[in-house]
Formats: sequence, C-alpha cells, structure tokens
Amino acid sequence: MDLQSKWQIFMQDRGDGVTYVDWVLSAWGWTLSIAACAWVLALLVGFLIGTLRTVPSKPLQWFSNAWVELFRNIPLLVQIFLWYQVLPSMFPALQQVPVFALVVLALGLFTSARVAEQVRAGIQSLPRGQFMAGSAIGLTRPQTYRYVILPMASRIVLPPLTSEAMNIIKNSSVAFAAGIAELALYAQQAGVELSMEVEVYLVVSVLYAVSAFGVNRAMAFIEARVRVPGYVGGSK
Amino acid sequence: MNLDLSFYNWELISNFVQKGFFFSIQLTLVAMIGGIVLGTLLAMMRLSGIKPLEWIATIYVNGLRSIPLVMVILWFFLLVPFVLGRPVGAEASAFITFTLFEAAYYSEIMRAGIQSIPRGQVFAGQAIGLSYGQNMRFVILPQAFRNMLPVLLTQTIILFQDTSLVYVIGAYDLFKGFETAGKNLGRPIEAYLAAAVVYFVICFALSQLVKRLQKKIAIVR
Repeated sequence: MDLQSKWQIFMQDRGDGVTYVDWVLSAWGWTLSIAACAWVLALLVGFLIGTLRTVPSKPLQWFSNAWVELFRNIPLLVQIFLWYQVLPSMFPALQQVPVFALVVLALGLFTSARVAEQVRAGIQSLPRGQFMAGSAIGLTRPQTYRYVILPMASRIVLPPLTSEAMNIIKNSSVAFAAGIAELALYAQQAGVELSMEVEVYLVVSVLYAVSAFGVNRAMAFIEARVRVPGYVGGSK
Repeated sequence: MNLDLSFYNWELISNFVQKGFFFSIQLTLVAMIGGIVLGTLLAMMRLSGIKPLEWIATIYVNGLRSIPLVMVILWFFLLVPFVLGRPVGAEASAFITFTLFEAAYYSEIMRAGIQSIPRGQVFAGQAIGLSYGQNMRFVILPQAFRNMLPVLLTQTIILFQDTSLVYVIGAYDLFKGFETAGKNLGRPIEAYLAAAVVYFVICFALSQLVKRLQKKIAIVR
C-alpha cells in the first residue's frame, strides 16, 4: 500500500456516515472545549484563592492554604475518578450532571490550585508600599485589591499563567479516563480500529502541539496588550 | 450512601495495593535518577555553544514538553518493542518512558540552575586552569544542584503523581492496585477514596519536607 492510499483511510466511512477525519475534528473540539471551560473556572477560582492567601485573616488563609494543598497533592487522574465516580455516588443529585461538566470541574479545580500559587507569588512580589499607598489614599482593603494590587499582580503573573494554560491543554488528555471522546481517547480507539497507531498518534500529537502553541501565542498577544511600562517585559 | 469500612483491611493492602505501591515508588526513583542524569546532560548540551548539540537537545526537550504525557506513554508503548525488537510489558515500557520524558523537565530545571551561577565562577575556574569538564564537575554543577535541589524534588513529587497515568497502558501501579481491589471486591467508591487519601498523604508529607529543606538552604545562602 503506498503512502497516499494509507492516509486516505482517514477519509473512510466508519459505517455511520462519520469518517475518521470527522471523528478527529470532533475529538479536537472536545479537547479544546474541556480545556477552555476548565481554564475559565481555574482563573476565577485561582485568582480568588490566590488573593485569599495574602489577606491578613487567619481563617481565610487557612482555608485557601488547605484548598491549594488538597488539589495539588492528589494526581489529576485520581481527581477525575473522584468527580466522575465517587461524588455522584455520594450525592445522587450529581448523577444528572453531564460527565463533561464533572471533568471540567475536576480539571478546573486541579488547575485552580496552581493558578492560585502563581497569583499569590505575583501579589507578594509587589512592593509593600503599594498596600500602604492604597490605605494612605483612603481605600479599604478590598478596594486596594480591586484597584491597585490585582491589576498589577494579574499582569505580573501572565508569563507563568501562559505555561499553565498550555498545561491545561495537555492535562485535558486525562479526560479519556472518564470516557470523553477527546483526542487521547481517539488516539487509542482509532489507532486500534485502523491498526495505524503511528499515523493516528502523529496526527493527535501534532494537534496537541498546535493547540498548545496557539494558546501560547494568544497569551503572548494579551501580555503585549496589557503590559505596564517599566514592569516585567514592559520596557517599551 | 454509606461506605463499607470493612473494605479497608490488611488483605486489601497485601493482595492488591502493595505490589502497585512498590512499582510506583520504583518507577519514580528510576525516572528521577535517570531523568536527572540525562536532564543534566541535555542542559549541558543546550548551553555548550556547539550548534548541532544545542539543536538536538532543544528539539528533544521542546518536543517532549509540547505533547501530553498520556500521548508520550502511548507512543513509547508502541515504539519501545519496535526499537528493542521484542515485546516488552507495560511496566518495562513505563520505566523507559518516564526516564526519557522526565529528563526533558529536569533538563529545564538544571539549565536554570547552571545559568543561575554567576559568570565569574566560570572565569575563576578557567583562571586556575580547570578544563571545561573539570569546571563543570567541581565548580558549576555542585552549586547548580544545590540551588535547584528543592525544585528538583518538587518535580519528583509531580513525577510521582504522574506515574498514575500508566493507567493508559494498563500497568499495575498504586492507583491500579486500588482500582483492581475495588472492582474485585465490588467496592469501587471506597477504593478510589482510599487511593486519593494515600496519594494525598504521601505527596503532602513530601512537599512539607521539601519546604523545610528550602528554608534550610535559603538560610545558608
């Protein structure tokens, strides 16, 4: 079989009007949807928890600390099983929730702990004078965070957040364990069905690399747009 | 929903979990040692100033870092038997995969470590007549290792968590041990919970130790 006809197998109908190309595109769509939804959740929760880690209140510090340690010290695969198997059997209401949402929760909260660590580091890297300046002009602490600290810190953490955003694309592959038809599951199933593992893995790997690179460029664009002159990467 | 606490007994550990636990630990240690050695070589290649070596190392590191570990595990499971010319089990394949994959991550840490050494140190080594190899061995690498030790160990904790992904090729690790027990004894929920607790306890304890070490090192420096 020559190379061209080998690749043409991808155009072959699987029997239900769906070709392997259709299938890989839908799998890519699942990968990107999981990653995008989980990323939004991770940013929201991560910024909240990361901020709480820097406030003076002991109970809030304890809570946010516990949050980070909990989600950081259990492997993602195990967390997926917790959301997809354990919690629905403990809380039957969760059985109505689609698996997609459960996986997004698992991946999003797992990543929120990492985002929170970056946000905390970003806030703590700001000079203490920024807090003092805030209170000197009569801002309350929440106002200081809202108008002074977080706008600065969120720009400082953009580079580490870029690598977390690329990680979330890669980590979404663990969703195969919950049976979601994303790229990693496609690789396993289509590889076996076609007996063309090398070609299928190659396609899937390229799609992952392209997605991660796309995220990288998007974040670099945002970084360039929002940079503050005189700060990290903002010399222009 | 009530948990069946009688699920947690010695039989569970000796019949199902122990074997997987030792595999996960072995895999972590082998990949850590092999990964750090190989990673250091890759880092030295990238900083060598010799273009072909730089390219090889850069392509290797960036290539492995741009695809998910799940795919890397699948790739190696496919390719290792092909390269070796004979079928290998999922466990043997995992050792090779994790060593080569983690090397990419350790090499980035070692590169940062080597670059964190002031250039004056390199010049000082050259001034007293050390060769490149001697300079690396006696001056640069010992300091780079010391500075990067907490980061290397944190990466090892992540590595330990990542070993659970050998699930994709069906290797029998710590997680698989719990899952098998849950399936065989009809108590999957208890099994997954126990797996989460065991991973948490191990990783949390290790990360606290790393934190302590970090403080110790920070004081001396």
